[in-house]
Amino acid sequence: MFKQITVFIENKPGRLAEVTGCLADENVNLHALSIADTTDFGILRMIVSDPDKAGRVLKENNFMAQTTDVVAVAVGHNPGSLHTVLRELEVLNISIEYMYAFTSRHKAYDAIVILRLANQDMVVDKLKGSGIPVLGQELLDSLNEA
Amino acid sequence: MERYWNKTVETMNREQIQALQLEKLRVAVQNVYAHVPYYRKKMQEKGMVPDDIKTLDNLSDLPITTKQDLRNTYPFSMFAVPMENIVRIHASSGTTGKQTVVGYTRRDLDVWAECVARCFVMGDADTSSRVQVAYGYGLFTGGLGVHYGAEKLGATVIPASSGNTQRQITMMIDFGVTHLCCTPSYALNIAEVMREMGHTKDDLKLVAGSFGAEPWSTGMRAEIESQLGLRAHDIYGLSEIMGPAVSHECRYQNGLHIWEDCFIAEITDPDTGEPVKEGAMGDLVITTINKEGIPLIRYKTRDICALNYETCECGRTHVRMSKPAGRTDDMLIIRGVNVFPSQIESVLLSIGEVQPHYQILVDRVNNLDTLTIEIELNDEMFSDNVKGIEEFEKNVSRQINSVLGVNAKIRLVEPKSITRSEGKAKRVIDRRNM
Repeated sequence: MFKQITVFIENKPGRLAEVTGCLADENVNLHALSIADTTDFGILRMIVSDPDKAGRVLKENNFMAQTTDVVAVAVGHNPGSLHTVLRELEVLNISIEYMYAFTSRHKAYDAIVILRLANQDMVVDKLKGSGIPVLGQELLDSLNEA
Repeated sequence: MERYWNKTVETMNREQIQALQLEKLRVAVQNVYAHVPYYRKKMQEKGMVPDDIKTLDNLSDLPITTKQDLRNTYPFSMFAVPMENIVRIHASSGTTGKQTVVGYTRRDLDVWAECVARCFVMGDADTSSRVQVAYGYGLFTGGLGVHYGAEKLGATVIPASSGNTQRQITMMIDFGVTHLCCTPSYALNIAEVMREMGHTKDDLKLVAGSFGAEPWSTGMRAEIESQLGLRAHDIYGLSEIMGPAVSHECRYQNGLHIWEDCFIAEITDPDTGEPVKEGAMGDLVITTINKEGIPLIRYKTRDICALNYETCECGRTHVRMSKPAGRTDDMLIIRGVNVFPSQIESVLLSIGEVQPHYQILVDRVNNLDTLTIEIELNDEMFSDNVKGIEEFEKNVSRQINSVLGVNAKIRLVEPKSITRSEGKAKRVIDRRNM
């Protein structure tokens, strides 16, 4: 499993910048982020160089922040690679709650998709069994080096 | 073994209480008729003379006194003694109009301290207690009123006043404070700051507390008790009648004993003003029968409650008022439905995840009242997806609607974004009349 930092942010000017400011002050690097937004609030999801530190710093600054387990899959930076993964999820009858993707400079992990799955704890083994490479700490180490 | 400050008075039987009340009421009515022209005029308009008071039932023939009467006689015209006999002035905050002023003779202050001392003993205090008074000191009756009662009892009093919360906690720990007196919202603020300072309730020696000056729900009580490790009693009062200690809860926390040798309590119908049948809810009306400075006849407190005349398990015979839901001034009318903020608090705190950090916003949009409740998000209600948070909001809204019959929009807000109280909490922002 892979750690995502999830932050609740009210829709107020400058609030997001306060999050990035806290992380910058603590020298935490951002690999990816995605925001789900509504009229009143947004949910910021981030992949960062040091999730434990990021969570601690944000909490100290009165942000509602938690670490969330997500599934990280390297898909290859070429046409149809994400599709292959999504078809496999369909075959396995696994639903996606949300997802986002990003690219990196690392050769082995040049395109990564982050998935949050319905009943994630139960289905993740099914996913591994199907041959899809579910990544853990080795991915973060590589991203941090690249 | 139940302890009392004044066992003879606190446990006298109903016949004795009524005989005493009738005797004192007759004196009080004669006194205001003779010394307060405003009252004499009001009674004359009703065609009444003091001798018309023959039984306690005649009380309801007397005119009602309202806050407006006190404004009409601002500042001192309601006083029944010459100013040279007045030794202290207190005043209401005046947030809903001109402030109201009350005066006390030396004897009034003694009676007040006696009432407070009885409350403290009822709340488990004795001469070995260390009482931290974190009500504001000043024109507000909370600080000084409680202070002199605790001194009369012989407890060790720490006159902390409100504010400077970290220092409050340091004193509570270093001085081994056993009793805390403040508003319930400030008590919660203290608990929160204590945790932020790295302390737990085990660092405290608190046994009990007397919390008042604002309405609070039983859910709030449970929070205060568990967070500070004490038994939380409601203390009731208003400056017009005396100040804190008009009534107070005993250990059974099933109503607040009103000191009936000093006050006669009635409940009237909010619509007709007629007395309600025993045990029914309505407007609490109080007549002072042991007061010199500003004796009031049938003062409408604007608090809604019911009276219970049964003798309490604690042995006290003085009538119990139910925990007041709030002043009628604070009642919200949302599209014709009456709601007290404390009722909203009750519903919120019945939902396990919600902590008592909330704010109620009332607005008018396209001529329709809207009610929005902001609740601080915490770890238990957090979700990493929008659906989870929106479902939580909807669930709270559904419960508010099913219990109170009003539609409320629930908005979760970030931790610590709602201002913490150091005195009377500002729970409601009504923007309809701004």
